[in-house]
This record gives sequence, C-alpha cells and structure tokens, in this order.
Amino acid sequence: MSTRRQIKANIIRYIFFIFAFVSITILCMILYFLVREGVPVFELVSVKDFLFGDYWYPTSDPPDFGIFPLIAASLLVTLCSAAVAIPLGVMTAIYLAEIASHRVKEIAKPMVELLASLPSVVIGFFGMVVVAPFLQNVFNIPTGLNLFNASLMLAFMSVPTICTISEDAIASVPAELKEASLALGATHWESLVRVILPASLSGLSTAVILGMSRAIGETMVVLMVAGGAAMVPSSIFDPVRPMPASIAAEMAEAPFRGDHYYALFATGMVLFVFTLIFNFIADYLSNKHRQVGASTL
Amino acid sequence: MSQSTLQLAQHISGRRKYSQSVMFYLFRFAAIINALALMIILFFLIKNGWRAINWTFLTQPPIDSMTRGGIFPCIIGTVYLSIGAMLVAFPLGTASAIYLNEYARQGVVLRIIRFGINNLAGVPSVVFGLFGLALFVTWMQMGVSILAGALTLGFLTLPVIIGTAEEALRAVPDTYREASLGLGATKWQTIYRVVLPAALPSMLTGGILALSRAAGETAAIMFTAAVFYTKKVPTSVFDQVMALPYHIYVLATAGTDIEQTRHLQYGTALVLIILVLGMNLIAIVYRAKLRRNR
Repeated sequence: MSTRRQIKANIIRYIFFIFAFVSITILCMILYFLVREGVPVFELVSVKDFLFGDYWYPTSDPPDFGIFPLIAASLLVTLCSAAVAIPLGVMTAIYLAEIASHRVKEIAKPMVELLASLPSVVIGFFGMVVVAPFLQNVFNIPTGLNLFNASLMLAFMSVPTICTISEDAIASVPAELKEASLALGATHWESLVRVILPASLSGLSTAVILGMSRAIGETMVVLMVAGGAAMVPSSIFDPVRPMPASIAAEMAEAPFRGDHYYALFATGMVLFVFTLIFNFIADYLSNKHRQVGASTL
Repeated sequence: MSQSTLQLAQHISGRRKYSQSVMFYLFRFAAIINALALMIILFFLIKNGWRAINWTFLTQPPIDSMTRGGIFPCIIGTVYLSIGAMLVAFPLGTASAIYLNEYARQGVVLRIIRFGINNLAGVPSVVFGLFGLALFVTWMQMGVSILAGALTLGFLTLPVIIGTAEEALRAVPDTYREASLGLGATKWQTIYRVVLPAALPSMLTGGILALSRAAGETAAIMFTAAVFYTKKVPTSVFDQVMALPYHIYVLATAGTDIEQTRHLQYGTALVLIILVLGMNLIAIVYRAKLRRNR
C-alpha cells in the first residue's frame, strides 16, 4: 500500500517536472527553428557580409542581404528610447517607492500597469496619426515617421518595465540602512542618493537592461512609426528600419523558403541573440551585486 | 519610527532642504508625465473613436474593400485566439509553477528551468511569430490558422502565467501545507485540496492579465493566424481569422483609402483598448480586493 502511494507520488512529481521543463524546451525549439530556417542564407552571403553589409535590397536582382543598416537602426532606436525611458522610469519608481503617500500610490501604480498593458499596435497607431503630424509641423521636417518618433513611443513602452522592477529594487532595500542614514542627520534626499540608490543599484541596472531588451524587440511600434528606410541614419529625424520592422513588413511578401525568407529568419536569429545577451547581462547583474541585508551589531 | 526620524531630519539648514524639495518635485513630475501619457493616448482614441462605434460596427463584417461596415469578424477572431492561447498557457504555466514552488529543490535543474523562463519572457514577439511560422504553420502543417496562432500566443504568455502563479503559491502560508501533511494527507492531496484552492483566485488574476496580453498582441499572429480579410466566420480551428490588432495595422498602413477610413481605425483601436484595459482593470481591482481580504 505504501509503496503504491510512493509510486503514485513519484509519477505525479515527474508529470509536473515535465510541465516545468516545457519552457526550456520551447526556448531550445525557438533557437533550433530560427537556425534551421535562417542558416541557408549563409550559402549566399558570408556571415561577415550579412552582418556588416551596408545594403539591404532583398528584392532587387541580384539581391543584397546586408543587415548593418537594420542593426544600426535597432541599436540607435533602443539607445535613444533609453535616454528618455531610464530617467523617466527610475524617477517614477523613486517617487512611488519613497515619496508618494499611500493614497497617491494606490492610484499611480495601476496607472503604470495600465500603461504597460496598452497593446503595442495602439501605441504605434497613436505615434502614426497623432505624434507624427505634430512633429512634422513643429520641427518642419519632411516626415514625422522617423527615429525620434519611434524612440519616443518605445520609451513609453519600456518605462513601465523599468519602473516596476526599479520600484521593487528600491523597496527591498532594508529599512535599517535608511533609518541609520536619517539618524546621522542626512536629509531624506541625501539618504536616497547616498544610501538607498547605491544599495539598489543592481536591481536598477537589471530594470534598465530589461527595459532596453523590451525596446529592441518591440515590433509594431517601429513597424508603424520608424519610417522604414533601410539606411544608416545621419540625423535623429531620419526614417529608419529596425530589425523587427523589417521581419514583420517583409515576411508576408517573401517567397516561401526563398533567399529573402532565409535572410529574414537569419535577421530574427540576430535579434534573438541580442535579446539573449541583454537577458544574460540582466541575470548577471541581479545575481552579482545583490544587497543581501544590513549588518547589525 | 520613520516619522520621528523624519522630524529629526527636517531640522536642517535651508539649502539642503531646498535641494531636497526641488528634486522631489522633479520626481513627482516624472510620475505625472507617465500618467499624462496614458491620459493623452486614451483622450485621442476616445475623442476620435467613439463616434465610429455603434451596433452595426460591432456586429457586421467590413464591406466595400474594408472602407465601410464593421469589425465583427475581428472581434470573434481575437476572442478565439486569446481564449485558445489561455487553454494552452494556463494549464502548462500553472503546472510549471506548482513544480517550481512545491516540488523543486535548489540545484542545477531549477537554475536551468528558471533560466528558460526568464529568457522566454525576453524573446521578442516577432521572433515568436517566426517560430510559430516555422514550427506550427509549416513543419506541423497547420497552415495559417487559429490553432497555430493560439499555440504561438500561448507560449508567448507562458512566462506571465508562470510568474503570477508562482507568486500566488508563495503567498499560501506554509502552515496550511504542514497542517494538511500532519493530518496524513499525501503531497498531491495537500496541493490539490489545500494549496490550489487557496492560490486559485490570484492565479486567475494572472490568467486575465495574460489573456489581455494575448488579445493585444500583433506581431506573433501576423504570420501564424491573422489575414487581411476573410468573409468566413471561422468554423474550425484550422481556419484563418481576422483579428483586432492586425486589423488596425492593416487599415492604418495598407488599407484602400487610409485617410478616409481613419474613423474606422480609431474605432477599432478604441474597441481593442476597451477590451484590454477592461480586463486589466478587472484584474487590478480583483487583486486589490484579494489583498484586503487576506
């Protein structure tokens, strides 16, 4: 009887184990299928020419498969959006964790959550029909669909990510640290800058990296708002074509298992690697400089 | 405690106090910008979209090459896809969370699984789309279909479900488990009869959040489930569908008359937003209620 119970318990345990293993299986499968459908393009161009080639003309004859303009666009859009999103996200997090009263927090936190839940296609649509004409008029530029607009829209998509994780990091700093600083006569602000923020630095940097990872992989916004020109931009108001936009826009037209199709899957591979690197960095940072506790006497 | 230390800290020179209040206003300002962004987006959608929404718009298919008529097939498509995604992700995610929280011990296996979940959460949706296209649509020969789209969306939302389910399980006090085990129940009986009922409400909140995420997702269904236009209301899981997010994209970028159909675009976006934000609000309010009851 008891061995039967034992066997049954073990079976149940293994069933759950298999379910838990699904996520890692899917991750491996994503990698496998990207490689399977992407690698054939390297029979046509070398890896170096693919990554650093300056021309992306996949439909001309002969086609050019150089994704450097797409990579440059992705990185620039991500960096520009980070320049807006990092200060905004971290400052909002500080406000929510340290300054806001309980009642303000009850309203402000759901606001951030709702901002996070806005579908990307709606933000892209907003950037297209509201922000783009506005920019065009204000800055007197030929098109409002450009690097600047896309960065701005992406910033508002990554702010909630940065804000939520930063807030957790700040809130998890042991209260003794803050109290000790206040007791020594430091102002709340001084304690914040010299004690609380340094103590939560690893969490803050994880937040920033994950926010940027969200921005680089975001598709609909850059597809609708970035302008779509596959060139390395020379100004912040130039239209660009980041990697996800290129994949999403061209996949429908690319002949099945043609060179263009393979090239787009290879672009997906590059994008996947970029987000993987971001995740590795975030994982490393959150494990390395973890503030474990306060020392006591 | 912190009140009295604050009072002590307030007894300081004016200059330091001044720089503090300036910085704090700056922080408050940052929070206000966020709220404003949300408000402005909602304002423009409601202002330009509410007139497009009427009974015909919600219950009729598009007509005249999508320049008039409604969005009924898109609503149906989005409902099928997101519910299908939950049928995949909810059982899978909940079971994974149960393993991680109730069975797993610290070690290499646990680290590998955590690594998988974290990275799965970071994979861009368009890469999920490519994956769905390669695996479900092509390799498994499902074609562009509800089934392929729902599976892709399901895996996309899996990390969300696992995250919230784990949090729900962690919130169940260990005393519950100990009491049940102490009465002679097996581990499985404890989980099934004691832990799960206690954690289920919070898990459902996570399910609603994931559902709303799936409903608003575009890039993952572009190659796997959604089409420009189809007259047919789907009758099987192997049918292609129209979907709200994809419909917005199509009308706004590739429609027959982009300027003329602007009100339809706003209307569709508003319907999508109401669906998505509505689900999120339900989840937020429900969660707040659960926290109060605890």
